[in-house]
Amino acid sequence: MNIPLITKISISLLKARLKQTMVAAFGVTFSITMFIALLSFMAGLNDLLDNLILNRTPHIRLYNEILATKIQPINATQLFSSSYNFVQHVKPKEDILAIKNSQAIISYLQKDKNVLGVAPKLIVPIFYNVGIINLTGVINGIDVDAENSLFAFNDYVMEGNTIALKNIPNSIILGIGAAKKMLIQLGDNIQITTITGERFSLKVVGFFQSGIEELDKVQSYTTLATTQKILSKPNSYVTDIQLKLIDINKAPIIAIQYKELFSTEATDIQTANAQFETGSSVRTLISYAVGITLLIVAGFGIYNILNMMIYEKMDSIAILKATGFSGKDVNRIFITIALTIGIVGGLMGLVFGFGLSASIAQIPFSTASLPKVKTYPINYNPKFYVIGAIFSLVTTYFAGYFPSKKASKIDPVDIIRGK
Amino acid sequence: MEAKKIIEAQHICKSFYDPIEVKVLNEVSLTINVGEFVSIIGKSGCGKSTLLYILSTMDTSYTGNLSIDGVDMKGKKDADLAIVRNEKIGFVFQFHYLLNEFNNLYNVMLPGLKLNKISKAEIEHNAYEKLKILGIESEALKMPNQLSGGQKQRVAIARALINNPLIIMGDEPTGNLDKKNSDIVFATFKELAEKYHQSLLIVTHDNDFAEKSHRIIEMEDGKIIGN
Repeated sequence: MNIPLITKISISLLKARLKQTMVAAFGVTFSITMFIALLSFMAGLNDLLDNLILNRTPHIRLYNEILATKIQPINATQLFSSSYNFVQHVKPKEDILAIKNSQAIISYLQKDKNVLGVAPKLIVPIFYNVGIINLTGVINGIDVDAENSLFAFNDYVMEGNTIALKNIPNSIILGIGAAKKMLIQLGDNIQITTITGERFSLKVVGFFQSGIEELDKVQSYTTLATTQKILSKPNSYVTDIQLKLIDINKAPIIAIQYKELFSTEATDIQTANAQFETGSSVRTLISYAVGITLLIVAGFGIYNILNMMIYEKMDSIAILKATGFSGKDVNRIFITIALTIGIVGGLMGLVFGFGLSASIAQIPFSTASLPKVKTYPINYNPKFYVIGAIFSLVTTYFAGYFPSKKASKIDPVDIIRGK
Repeated sequence: MEAKKIIEAQHICKSFYDPIEVKVLNEVSLTINVGEFVSIIGKSGCGKSTLLYILSTMDTSYTGNLSIDGVDMKGKKDADLAIVRNEKIGFVFQFHYLLNEFNNLYNVMLPGLKLNKISKAEIEHNAYEKLKILGIESEALKMPNQLSGGQKQRVAIARALINNPLIIMGDEPTGNLDKKNSDIVFATFKELAEKYHQSLLIVTHDNDFAEKSHRIIEMEDGKIIGN
């Protein structure tokens, strides 16, 4: 085996058909460029859409639900134990929505190895009083720091800030829809009434925009302590405990454990948002399919070029074989040509792909649901570049394989006698 | 003392089957010794070229025995035969078959580089030597398409010589050349045979050419009729 000699012959053959080989290489460049740009863009969009949900959704939510008692009085007696009991018009049991023993649960969860963070929450339905009109609303009492770090709460506050919410007593961050309806400015005071009839005055320190209009007309945020004060409840009174886990995939299993352990309801993110994962994976699949199709088309281009080259270089192949080059050597020469086209075209494709993604990332893109996003999202995952590089090599190898095999099978006697 | 045999062929038979069976070689046996200048003559289609390609190991579909330099060629693999051709046989064809992508010097060096037994610098030196024998060392760095037909053929002969082969085989090496260039090529062969004791086996239909060689093998209808 004589690698430098084979390489030298390959390169010379390449140079002899420089234009065609450049076209073939450009085919690979184009397909890799598109492959990378497409996947980066699609992954960027997927991340964006997933984060829309993931950022704001706890991996596990613990809460109490108003339900009918599972064991009805009739089940308590032995008299009808061998019969089926049909109880109609069962009413739900009167129960408090607050999680019992919440402090203990929170401190337990904070020590749990699976848990990334805990954010307690108190959800209270209220009325906003505007003159003589009452608008329905919901106040979320939150732990500002936990909400910021776990759910990027900060990103959705359009005016004002979350520090003010924490520092100014009796302050509120109002949903932007509700604020518009009530014609509220930053710094105004608003009146609210609880469902039990108590009135309360709160200072507006910010506006909140989730991107879901209906939600923004209703939701507003205060600190946990303020909400507890509105309800005149102790500081252990919370209705929800939101959890972020270290491994999101464990959420369904852990949710079941916690449900048993704390005797509350527990929902995990996968059950709550099953459709999102499906959407993401289908989009990814489509982008891969398109990218790989492009590469295969480029592969046919290389196949064509090599076939033509072999046809043109029959004489050269014949004399190489006559003077002692084996079929294997000839095969290697043409595989080298194919791989050179693949490597050069592929490398340029990686560079251009990065360039194209970077320029897509400069295109303005604004959406109401994502106030912080100003340009198209791009995911610069190195995985795409690795896949692109591997695929360009594999397709060019296979595109070169069959023509090379043909070249190695050429019988020099046929060629030489034909002259 | 008996001369050393380079090629020994016994009972070589070959047939073409397309479209009907035609026996092109029938029980051909011959030997070629070191230093001989042998020419094969015969009419078109008598099987002389076919015989040459069998003797050169390029054509492997035949029956009979062939040994080159005392080694039996029967049943050897493609890659092994390639090595034999590279090391022991030099070829000159009717057409020069130089690679247009390389200069003349590199064309001459190619089989040497493939053999890869001595350094590149030595191969280059040898290539210059061979070109000098053929009187065209001044054309070494030109491209093949800058040469005349006769010069190209001489470069091809230099290429055949580069690995100091046991024998040079030629298939109508002067077939494409005019009288003047034919004479030059013939003179070159003659010089190689007499001065350098190079063995040569040349297929030709040019009787003038053949008569100047040491031994003439005459063929007709797949058989040797005169030796």
